[in-house]
Amino acid sequence: MPTLASHPDEVKVLSRRFGLGAANIDKYLEMDGYKAAQKAIAEGPDWIINTMKASGLRGRGGAGFPTGMKWSFVPKVSEKPKYILVNGDESEPGTCKDHLIFREDPHSIIEGTMIAGLSVGAKMGFIYLRGEYRYLLNIMEKAVADAYSRGFLGKNIFGNQGVDFDIITQTGAGAYEVGEESALMESLEGKRGVPRIRPPFPAVVGLYGGPTVINNAETIANAPHILLMGGEAYAKLGTERNGGTRLFGISGHVERPGVYELPMGYSLRKAIYDVAGGIRGGKKLKAVVPGGASCPVLRADEIDVGLDFDQMAKAGTMLGSGGIVVLDETVSMVEFALRTIRFYQHESCGWCIPCREGTDWIKKTLTRFHAGGGTKKDIDSVQYIAENMLGRTFCPLGDAAAMPTLGFVKKFRSEFEEYLNGVRVASPLIKITPVGANVHAGAH
Amino acid sequence: MATISQSIFSPATAARFDKLATIYPVKRSALVPMLLYAQDEVGYVSDAVVREIAERLDLLELDVRNVLSYYSMLRTQPAGKYNVQVCTNISCMLRGGFELLDHCKDRLGIDHKETTPDGLFSLEEVECIGACCWAPAVQVNYDFHDDLTPVKLDAVLDSYRAREAK
Ligand SMILES: Cc1cc2nc3c(=O)[nH]c(=O)nc-3n(C[C@H](O)[C@H](O)[C@H](O)COP(=O)(O)O)c2cc1C
Ligand code: SF4
Ligand code: FES
Repeated sequence: MPTLASHPDEVKVLSRRFGLGAANIDKYLEMDGYKAAQKAIAEGPDWIINTMKASGLRGRGGAGFPTGMKWSFVPKVSEKPKYILVNGDESEPGTCKDHLIFREDPHSIIEGTMIAGLSVGAKMGFIYLRGEYRYLLNIMEKAVADAYSRGFLGKNIFGNQGVDFDIITQTGAGAYEVGEESALMESLEGKRGVPRIRPPFPAVVGLYGGPTVINNAETIANAPHILLMGGEAYAKLGTERNGGTRLFGISGHVERPGVYELPMGYSLRKAIYDVAGGIRGGKKLKAVVPGGASCPVLRADEIDVGLDFDQMAKAGTMLGSGGIVVLDETVSMVEFALRTIRFYQHESCGWCIPCREGTDWIKKTLTRFHAGGGTKKDIDSVQYIAENMLGRTFCPLGDAAAMPTLGFVKKFRSEFEEYLNGVRVASPLIKITPVGANVHAGAH
Repeated sequence: MATISQSIFSPATAARFDKLATIYPVKRSALVPMLLYAQDEVGYVSDAVVREIAERLDLLELDVRNVLSYYSMLRTQPAGKYNVQVCTNISCMLRGGFELLDHCKDRLGIDHKETTPDGLFSLEEVECIGACCWAPAVQVNYDFHDDLTPVKLDAVLDSYRAREAK
């Protein structure tokens, strides 16, 4: 069972009910549960959206789009019903934060979904969990059933005539690409998770053709807290244009891996060395993948940067999903790059050629390179292929594969070159298949 | 929708499917969950499963197969009773994911996507399962096991074996 981590530097807003049994609806009610939704009904949509805008909350799914603004894009009048879609597909390698929210505070996700619905005039919300999260789906289903039985969901919620809201929980069945918002809608409509061309954007034409708000589960779970504490108070916890706190998952070679709630802008160095206890076994830091597998790697000398969307962008990488993966000096970047591209190659939906062929080509090249059959030209061609994928695909998965690849080969080029001369770091994590042997593409 | 006269599913699952087909704005939305729940009961998505789900959702069998082939958790062949899924993605890899995978291969005597002759275990190398901060992680069917070592994993496998012996 995943354990809860804790550190004095944490600022617990979203996680304040973690470990306190809040999956029980009575416990949740004791801890201010469903007060924000009732306040939202009393104050109305404009107040909700203004409060969300003032909070400076930016999407926690990866792209960091301002949430209040996203909600304000939904047309007031629509012939088709409007929907809220909560993205709990959580499949970005290095990311396990939504996992804890579903387990520890499922009602906050229900309440956040209602608030989003009230702000845009939607009467139905979907909470989509990845298929592997079955035990969490069970927790969510119980929470939803409890909310119905109290009259918090359904018709005339909290006794307000004419205010209706329904929630359906949904499960996926294994596919990273389904986390991409338009592929997510396809999946929820019972189709293959192939993305849609935009425009039109989901806020105008989304699920079943109706205007749809899609937010990450953590983004949604923040809404009740923001409405209760006030937008400005939430904004003040973070940095400029990056309001509030965020759940950061710190994994890999640290002493105390875990999910920690830190203020936006918190130092990456401190997150690794103080919060997560530094590098395991007193080893030296080599590199950090700062926000899930798709974010370009940072070298050990590049970690004096604040954890917010803008500072990370300035540092040439991304805050992404907040999944910080820490690599010590024993890791071979050739190997790490290979494992990363193998993932994207497996998950590419195959619709567009640069992504489908590019990921496959890079994977094959790096597999051979890793097995000892590489040449100097391979390093250039990997870089060339990745550069030519950027911005040329239907959905951002192509970029998500190309960007980290470029980071590895550019920032650690000398290591790739030395690898050719037989210089390798420590013992391999992936078994090296001799060249010439039937190169076994790994898992898939 | 006309109720299915001769369902291949248990009464509880059939009732659940009757309901699932009614809750969505468009009933096809029930397809992915239905396939997964059917697999949980039957062990895999058999031809009979495809046929009945297509009928329930007014889809062509081809539509069902087309969707089925997209999702990595859905399978058209039986697996072991306990499907051991070892994550070797980045966070797990750094803390011994490949070591665990090799250990499972040795212990169970099977490779990726194979099943032991007694049908008890099957093995799969999987992508990130959302337990990165508790790595290395393994899922056996839907149960998470985390912070593993080969020794701890042996105990996990033994506990499933013991369940069978009872
Ligand atoms: C390939 C791919 C996978 C994604 N996976 C997820 C995911 O698992 N969870 C998530 O919330 N967002 C994911 N996203 C981002 C979503 O497309 C979308 O931006 C997000 O859910 C919006 O919510 P937010 O504004 O609250 O961040 C993914 C994007 C891409 C391109
Ligand atoms: S970029 Fe990749 S995942 Fe996205 S649509 Fe193209 S092939 Fe599919
Ligand atoms: S990398 Fe293994 S669970 Fe995420």
